[in-house]
Amino acid sequence: MLNVNPVEIIETLNMIKDEHLDVRTITMGISLFDCVSDDWHRAVDKVYDKITRLAENLVSTGEQIEAEFGIPIVNKRISVTPISLICAPCGHSLEFARALDRAAKTTGVNFLGGYSALVAKGYSNADREFIASIPEALATTDFLCSSVNVATTKAGINMDAVAQMGRVIKDTAAATADRGGFGCAKLVVFANAVEDNPFMAGAFHGAGEPECAINVGVSGPGVVKCALERVKGRPFGVVAETVKKTAFKITRVGQMVAEEASRRLGVPFGIVDLSLAPTPARGDSVAHILEEMGLEQCGTHGTTAALALLNDAVKKGGVMASSYVGGLSGAFIPVSEDAGMIAAAESGCLTLEKLEAMTCVCSVGLDMIAVPGDTSAETISGIIADEMAIGVVNTKTTAVRVIPAVGKKVGDSVEFGGLLGTAPVMPVNGASCADFIARGGRIPAPIHSLKN
Amino acid sequence: MKAVVTVVGKDRTGIIARVSGYLYENSVNILDISQTIMQDIFTMIMLVDSAESGLDLSSLQTGLARVGDELGVSVSIQREELFNSMHRI
Repeated sequence: MLNVNPVEIIETLNMIKDEHLDVRTITMGISLFDCVSDDWHRAVDKVYDKITRLAENLVSTGEQIEAEFGIPIVNKRISVTPISLICAPCGHSLEFARALDRAAKTTGVNFLGGYSALVAKGYSNADREFIASIPEALATTDFLCSSVNVATTKAGINMDAVAQMGRVIKDTAAATADRGGFGCAKLVVFANAVEDNPFMAGAFHGAGEPECAINVGVSGPGVVKCALERVKGRPFGVVAETVKKTAFKITRVGQMVAEEASRRLGVPFGIVDLSLAPTPARGDSVAHILEEMGLEQCGTHGTTAALALLNDAVKKGGVMASSYVGGLSGAFIPVSEDAGMIAAAESGCLTLEKLEAMTCVCSVGLDMIAVPGDTSAETISGIIADEMAIGVVNTKTTAVRVIPAVGKKVGDSVEFGGLLGTAPVMPVNGASCADFIARGGRIPAPIHSLKN
Repeated sequence: MKAVVTVVGKDRTGIIARVSGYLYENSVNILDISQTIMQDIFTMIMLVDSAESGLDLSSLQTGLARVGDELGVSVSIQREELFNSMHRI
């Protein structure tokens, strides 16, 4: 006997075929602590060998699950221990970058994250040099992703690192100018970075994580949008309830895929990340969910409230559907990856300032935003500082992934292709914050961090 | 392995015969079958057991899709757990 009725079966099929339901990523987190050596040749070899051994069957297992269950699994990825920790005794961080990229190619994954440093309270001896290597690392590799955590609620904001990251982002854009500054799409600056995030470009396998773990990121903005079309004009209680029920169903699929992948690979299941992650495909947009709630265009007044409701309802619906929820879990608002956001930014309805407000209530931050190529490093640092302050004070993860589009100005756009989409160049505030950034030092942790 | 075969499309003669014929040829046992018209679209759902079949689900999906193309309907086969996990707590 069938346990589910035909209406439910057709509902699931429609979600997959017409509403873009997919599992966005299976990400294998791998600890590299046992690869540490004071001989960089040895350390690099051990890193490559370990990743290619543990992730040997990751892609084929993902494809098998996809075929058997008929649910698309868009990405298979790897996250590793922050490389700044692994290369600290031996240096030569760029050799690690190249070995990681080779390992990504050998295993066939879409991205490998973890060329990362954690400097919220200050730099270790090796950190500053490591961070300075990021532009070259991203320019000379294909699949490597990088992130730097410059702030936490407990430590405050490392403004020296904020200043450095402004320059690093500019240098990365210049080093990859022939590809539209693509390197910057693989670089995230974080406050309160999470250690089990399966999504790129910010994924790394934190120091408190197990030897190896499977983390799964679900998706499905299109499914939520279609569900809301069926409750047009109804009060917000109904909207929240509809999003919760939909998020529950989506997450159950993610949980099932995570358990199945974990069992087949013989690797413990870590978490399911309940994020609504848009793609540039028609009908797979977070902005269109907000518009479905009654906004003429994303970015107008009411957008922050709509996003707050969405983000909260996604978490509430998903949390009971999974045994372990983690990662970023909420709604992503990457401008270039979302057809509705692109349209809103092009029409001028969605501005950088409004996006900043939206990041107070969504799961990440200023994401995949192109700014004019002549934007100064200090202004980018100012953008980062504001975003870090939001994360630190609100005890949440925030991030900045901006792309200074070399040679381009407001009104132009940058084409990345694939899931990364198209970024319209958005205006930044022209007044200088250079003296503010030049102060350096650390902004102290907020009073509510003193909980002990 | 239990799986759900779903056929969706315009009704015509021979759909059940052709699909069940393909399953028979490949030693897939039909455990349950239901057929209905949903929003003017013919919908047939079968619960099958592929334990005795020499083909894996991916190959069966390819074969069924071919049968579907000949009939002008969409045919898919997916493991039952997908639907149970989404709709049953």
